[in-house]
Amino acid sequence: MITLSTVTRRYASDVAIGPVDLDIPAGGITALVGPNGAGKSTLLTMIGRLMGMDEGRIEIAGMDVSTTPSKDLAKIVSILRQENHFVARLTVRQLVGFGRFPYSQGRLTRTDEEIISRSIDFLDLTELESRYLDELSGGQRQRAYVAMILAQDTEYVLLDEPMNNLDMQHSVQMMKHLSEAAAELGRTIVIVLHDINFASHYADRICALKDGRIVRFGTPEEIMVPEILTDIFNTPIDVVDGPRGRLACFY
Amino acid sequence: MRIPATAPAPGGSPSSTARVRPRRLFTWPMLIGALVTLGLVTASLFVGVYDVFGAPDGAAMFAITRIPRTAALVLAGAAMAMCGLVMQMITQNRFVEPTTTGTTEWAGLGLLLVMVLFPQAGIAAKMIAAIIAAFIGTMIFFAFLQRVTLKSSVIVPIVGIMLGSVVGAVSTFIALSTDMLQSLGIWFAGSFTSVIKGQYEPMWVVLLVVLAVFVTADRFTAAGLGEEFATNIGLDYRKVVLLGNGLIAVATGIVTVVVGALPFLGLIVPNIVSMVRGDDLRSNLPWVAMTGICIVTVCDLLGRTIIMPFEVPVSLILGVVGAIVFIALIARRR
Repeated sequence: MITLSTVTRRYASDVAIGPVDLDIPAGGITALVGPNGAGKSTLLTMIGRLMGMDEGRIEIAGMDVSTTPSKDLAKIVSILRQENHFVARLTVRQLVGFGRFPYSQGRLTRTDEEIISRSIDFLDLTELESRYLDELSGGQRQRAYVAMILAQDTEYVLLDEPMNNLDMQHSVQMMKHLSEAAAELGRTIVIVLHDINFASHYADRICALKDGRIVRFGTPEEIMVPEILTDIFNTPIDVVDGPRGRLACFY
Repeated sequence: MRIPATAPAPGGSPSSTARVRPRRLFTWPMLIGALVTLGLVTASLFVGVYDVFGAPDGAAMFAITRIPRTAALVLAGAAMAMCGLVMQMITQNRFVEPTTTGTTEWAGLGLLLVMVLFPQAGIAAKMIAAIIAAFIGTMIFFAFLQRVTLKSSVIVPIVGIMLGSVVGAVSTFIALSTDMLQSLGIWFAGSFTSVIKGQYEPMWVVLLVVLAVFVTADRFTAAGLGEEFATNIGLDYRKVVLLGNGLIAVATGIVTVVVGALPFLGLIVPNIVSMVRGDDLRSNLPWVAMTGICIVTVCDLLGRTIIMPFEVPVSLILGVVGAIVFIALIARRR
């Protein structure tokens, strides 16, 4: 379980995140949604201890993220940020290998190599594993990052809009991979999603943020209601029953 | 939650472990590279005006000058090339190295200050001063990089070279006013001519830096992937940067005091290796070390023979070769 209590971060007198109180249960996919500037990424970054908070406390599986040594946290939680511009030329396999760093400090064991292979296979990157990242398409590279995060083998996985730059086909594939990871590998995935319909279909829970605060937290059925969505996103939204679950219409 | 051993791998190969290539240290290309390096090092032992075979004190001269000079070539070549690599990883910029970030000039300033303030100071004191100055200078440069977001990666070394020029100007001014200009000039022209027995031994400390880089290589690759990437896998980014900085400062400080400035060596070597082999720092390190040794040895051999029986400082040749490669690298990018 991820527990946030009175988490606050201030930028200027009028811009702030929180105070946020939230319990994200273990297992499944929890989607963070909300309009631009609602604080989704900031919250995720704070949970992943990449950014400090001004007040409050975040615990992951009972470990306080501000006091637990970073190398211990690295075995519990992994985080993938939105922008990843690497100057270094690494192959897919070398990148994914860094997911094992918390365990082997760079000296990969046989077990590490097996886990690396499995993560690469899981994201359908088997054929591409010895290609350099700069030779891949945006979608393939995104999958390589996710493979690295999976190789880190943490119970909690935090992803910041992993479908950025992905086309429809690859977005759907990515969400299917993540669903599988949650279901088959028992991961707890917290993901910032831009597209509410992806959240509706793939997430087990939706957490809606607005102006730095949590306004709704519930199952897709509870959130996918016209009045609630209209309120969250500040724009008229209808909800229709699609062939595979509820869909938000806002065009 | 661990990935279960029976985890289904959709579309995966049935034998995922069979794909893992054994990490052999010695491959055929590596062996050939090692032989070439060895050949050059041997050549360095036997090339020179003094006839070490014919003259009656040939053996003694061999021990006094040729062996120390060759050892210094190997150590300086490997260390400076590896420092360049570490620096490029940490800054995520392909164009930095100790002479394009002002580090060498800072080391020179430290050296000069000790020579002016404590003329009696021994070589150890000079080195420590050079190391401290190099460390401070590099930290200033890094701090500057973190504050300012530079649009083009080529601007970074330009800023570094400018910073170095300012520090170099301060050194020249101090040297002028204390009548040390000649010492400074000798230092600026990095040369292995004066590397002799009894004077070069501190160079062996550089070997420790080389070994330390080998041990900590993966940390620098991770740091090179960014602060957030490093933090995610449990590394303390600032500690890695400090460690890298410390290693660079020690190597640059010592090489500066014993040999002098070796321009562009740390720049061209990692770039050549990266073009051929990508950026996995650990497996590249032996190549970077070997290429560094080869380039500096070839340049020194050229320097020794080009106007025989006189010598041209190795920095002169390195400067010319390095500048050409540097420009080629920039041109290749656009």
